[in-house]
Amino acid sequence: MSRAVEESNRAMLRARDAMDRAYAQPLDIPALARIAHVSSAHFIRTYRATFGETPHRYLQRRRVERAMYLLTQTDRDVTDICFAVGFASLGTFSRTFHRIVGESPTAYRRGRAPADVPTCFARAWTRPSSFG
Amino acid sequence: MTMNAISRSQIYVLDQDEALDFYVGKLGMEVNTDADLGFMRWLTVNLPGDPEREILLEKPGPPALDPATAEQVRELLTKGALGGYLFMTTDDARKTYEDLVGKGVEITDEPTERPYGIDFGIRDPFGNKIRIGQMFPRG
Repeated sequence: MSRAVEESNRAMLRARDAMDRAYAQPLDIPALARIAHVSSAHFIRTYRATFGETPHRYLQRRRVERAMYLLTQTDRDVTDICFAVGFASLGTFSRTFHRIVGESPTAYRRGRAPADVPTCFARAWTRPSSFG
Repeated sequence: MTMNAISRSQIYVLDQDEALDFYVGKLGMEVNTDADLGFMRWLTVNLPGDPEREILLEKPGPPALDPATAEQVRELLTKGALGGYLFMTTDDARKTYEDLVGKGVEITDEPTERPYGIDFGIRDPFGNKIRIGQMFPRG
């Protein structure tokens, strides 16, 4: 019995790794279920029992996390980022982003300075300007 | 008192022979010590040329752990939720990546250039996470 659980865990983990690795691809449940070698219905049920959320929800969180990264680390526009992380429509992206993060992609970007530059630069260059 | 080296680290594996196939056969590590202590098989590996840093490949089970606890460890390991996390460095991340892909190693993320270097992630056959990085000089 326990060996079966371990095999199932590894199959679910392989599918989760695929979402982490290939989040920008048009991954759907049948494709993920194939990676885990189970039927779609069984996959959704077992994944949720293993990791506490549905595979769909996990993939959305991964895509939103990557979008958060691109919003703060690059100057690509929001539409570009939406498609780059695997969303098929800007409406779905914006709704999902807001539900998970609590603010819109644009507001999120505005509220955060890009990392990886010295703090003195970030403070100087991202301070709201009262002139010009 | 000054400690001066990290000489051994430990990860759990479900099967020590399968672990050797992976860590030696695919990652190219060397067996450092393989000793039957009776109560356990002491199995360590190291990277070639670096025998001072060993990884103990330990199988969870009695008598160290009661059977129920060992089952919990195995379950967490196979969910990828156990702490075992190895970081290794390479001279050429992209070449190492291609080599490991060719050997059928499971990739968790592909080589990415970051401020600190180029790195990618793989998973061992049991669920342990491994990162391999080509680090840029610091400073």
